Amino acid sequence: MAFKQITSPHAHAAQNTTKVMQLVLWATVPGLAALTIQFGWGSLINVVLAVVTAVICEAAIIKLRKRPVAFYLRDYSAVVTAVLLALALPPLAPWWVVVVGSMFSIVIAKQIYGGLGYNPFNPAMVGYVVLLISFPIQMTTWITPLALLPEGVSHPGVVESLGIVFAGYSPADGVTGATPLDSFKHSSGLVVDQIYQNDPLFSQAAFAGVGWEWVNLGFLAGGIVLLATRIFTWHGPVAMLAAIALMSVIFWDGGSSESPGSPLMHLFSGASMMGAFFILTDPVSSAVSNRGRLVYGALIGVLVYIIRAWGNYPDAVAFAVLLANFAAPFIDNYTLPRTYGHTDRRRATEKEEDA
Amino acid sequence: MTKTWVTPGGVHPPENKHQSLTLPIGALPIPEKLLVPLSQHIGAPANACVKVGQKVLKGQKIADATGSVSVPMHAPTSGTISAIEDRPIAHSSGMSAPCIEITSDGKDNWIDHEGIADFEHSSPQALTKIIADAGIAGMGGAGFPSAIKLSPGHRRPIDTLIVNATECEPYITADDSAIRERAAEIIEGIGILSHILGNPSNILIGIEDNKPEAIAALQPHVADSGISVVSFPTKYPSGGEKQLIYILTGKELASGTLPADAGMVCINIGTTYAIKRAVVNGEPLISRVTTMTGNACGINRNYETLIGTPVSHMLTHSEFNEAACSRLVMGGPMMGFSLTSADVPVVKTTNCILAPSYSEIPDDEPAQPCIRCGMCAEACPASLLPQQLFWYSQAEDHDRLEAHNLFDCIECGACSYVCPSNIPLVQHYRHSKGEILKAREEKVKSDHARERFEFHQQRMEQAEKDKEAKRAARREAAEKAKASTAAASGAGSAADIIAAAQARAAAKKVSPEQQQAKFERSIAGAEMRVQMATEKLAEAAADQTDEQKNILTAALDGAKQKLEQAQARLADHIEQHKELDSEQVK
Repeated sequence: MAFKQITSPHAHAAQNTTKVMQLVLWATVPGLAALTIQFGWGSLINVVLAVVTAVICEAAIIKLRKRPVAFYLRDYSAVVTAVLLALALPPLAPWWVVVVGSMFSIVIAKQIYGGLGYNPFNPAMVGYVVLLISFPIQMTTWITPLALLPEGVSHPGVVESLGIVFAGYSPADGVTGATPLDSFKHSSGLVVDQIYQNDPLFSQAAFAGVGWEWVNLGFLAGGIVLLATRIFTWHGPVAMLAAIALMSVIFWDGGSSESPGSPLMHLFSGASMMGAFFILTDPVSSAVSNRGRLVYGALIGVLVYIIRAWGNYPDAVAFAVLLANFAAPFIDNYTLPRTYGHTDRRRATEKEEDA
Repeated sequence: MTKTWVTPGGVHPPENKHQSLTLPIGALPIPEKLLVPLSQHIGAPANACVKVGQKVLKGQKIADATGSVSVPMHAPTSGTISAIEDRPIAHSSGMSAPCIEITSDGKDNWIDHEGIADFEHSSPQALTKIIADAGIAGMGGAGFPSAIKLSPGHRRPIDTLIVNATECEPYITADDSAIRERAAEIIEGIGILSHILGNPSNILIGIEDNKPEAIAALQPHVADSGISVVSFPTKYPSGGEKQLIYILTGKELASGTLPADAGMVCINIGTTYAIKRAVVNGEPLISRVTTMTGNACGINRNYETLIGTPVSHMLTHSEFNEAACSRLVMGGPMMGFSLTSADVPVVKTTNCILAPSYSEIPDDEPAQPCIRCGMCAEACPASLLPQQLFWYSQAEDHDRLEAHNLFDCIECGACSYVCPSNIPLVQHYRHSKGEILKAREEKVKSDHARERFEFHQQRMEQAEKDKEAKRAARREAAEKAKASTAAASGAGSAADIIAAAQARAAAKKVSPEQQQAKFERSIAGAEMRVQMATEKLAEAAADQTDEQKNILTAALDGAKQKLEQAQARLADHIEQHKELDSEQVK
């Protein structure tokens, strides 16, 4: 009788990377649904376009690298990157914007570094920032939320949307508009109460900004599912949201004309919730330990607020995440957990001679 | 309820313990041949004390312990020693090691043996010796000689005795079933341990709450005994020594120390039974409870298995279906190691033989890249960062591995168990530990070599320096001497230098006393010649010619002259030395 020599442990939990990625995809559904309800078919078209591009690019590069294509495509990581990028892009953006961004995310930000597990930066956010810097007009043209569409105007249907995306048709008047963060940023000189009264984006909102509050709630719901299924720990998202809340309380300034906005607006506008639960939780490019993720999340929260309040961009999740990606290995060096039997936490940079 | 503490991390793999608990502990027919490896424990292998062809009785010692950390081996049944040679043994590397093969005579005749009924009247030393002589080594897995654990020696006194009945690995029920059926004897064994250790104030039996029958079996025996049965929520790996100590006492063992350093002894519950049998019944450790389980076997149950029983013998009697078996594991599914051959024997640490089917434990899927999801870090009971250890293990960055406390990894496998990318993490850590230990050894060696070399260099330099210093001293002395002679002769002319040199040379050749003696000898010689010449002249005066007389007179004059010269030289010499002496006095 001869048997296989296999290393322990022999038992294995049913979890695998493909399932993790698929669960993340399912968790984006509430957010995607909210985007589609509030802003029309554009986000769905973005998702399809980005996924197709990403999968083709991933397959091509894996082929070039002489690796088994099916094995690597099966991990679904390219699909996750594409979906996250697509959700961040303005609905009804020209097709080439989506394709260029998706391609850049996969080819440059992911595969050139060695593929899944080796990318130091969040690939979706790299793609997003490249697009934001290269095509500022297309990237800042957002759609008017459902509730604020002018009388008699509705979001374009599927066919019309495809025409806008692929053939460059112009959407009807009133279909495009500013985002709450954008609007708030450009209402300088007014105190917060005035902005909230004058701007329908705020005056007709339930608590943060028309349309966007629902999108953020959608991503929050998806995030809670992922937390409950232990795909990631609470440390990163909670630290980021707490940092944003804390910063916006500290600098609230009593709602004066200099005020950068309320905590509710910052937490439920722009990409706050998506960033907290879907972007900074990318484990590959984040800090690794729970303590590290607290620092990492807080850093992103602070950076998001600083750029929103005093920077040139109305939203800043992508920039903040990329900056924190740079800092992650550094954070890792100083946030090791205390091991059983040791009185102190150690530094990763300790040499044996120092010990 | 006794308070317990909760360890970080841990996993909850399917327990799969019920399969092997449907039947009581059984016995297998005595195998035709038994194979007793000489090393079944931590420490030096035992030394065979029997010869091939020799007849042995059951329980007869067949190998002596060698050195302090070692245990003897005993014949598991009666029969004939048929071989003493290297055979494949149960080891993760599939290696061979020295074994004693016994061909059973089927009679199973015991050697004369006798126990101690009232161990309380025996000294701890005597009891410890019985345990050592019975060949008892930790039966939980590591196989550390029990007698050594019970002689903490210079360490601090033992105040806590922890009996490990956790059995946290899935499938294994050897301890569970032994407790159910042998609780009284186990508690007696614990009593012996307590007596040996000077009745420690805390005696705790740690057991997971998934063994209610075992807990119930223990309860009636511990009443008023000072022993507490502490149950706690089931979680793998609670049975690790460090984890169990924390769960029961809330104390962590400092990295790199032993329980005895913290005043504790931690012993497996199966071992306490063996200790009872050794002390009270006088039986050495020649059998143990081993779980035979897994869906590739038709019969799943525990057997009282003779040490040395080939695994194949167990399989044969358990309706084993080889085609259905995905792998053969000695130990549990988390920390057990795979066997490449079923011919290897059961040893003192073998708590389980697992023969799973493909649906139970399928072949490993190919590893995907690590996405650093951190599920491993959440599962790690030692609060390590397995994903970082994996990363640095691949990079062979030893400094980082040590900074991340690689050596505090207990290889429980919880990280690999949860890894969604199927990475054999523990394998990477074992490899890196080996590499680091090798590097450390090499470093010690190279440090030695460097020290030797540096010392050699230093020595050579010192020798060179010493030589140089001597040379310099001589040069200086010569210069001083030159200067002093020049000062003595005043003018320091060339003639004086030559004279001084000649004098030195003369002085070097003979001492003044010898010189004087020489002068005196030449004077005596000259006087003799003058006397002879005078006598010849006197003889010649009678009958010689004038011519001859003249010659003789001349010779006499010459001799007289030489005598005078010699006398003058002696006088000079004496004069000179008087001067030198007076000079020295000055």
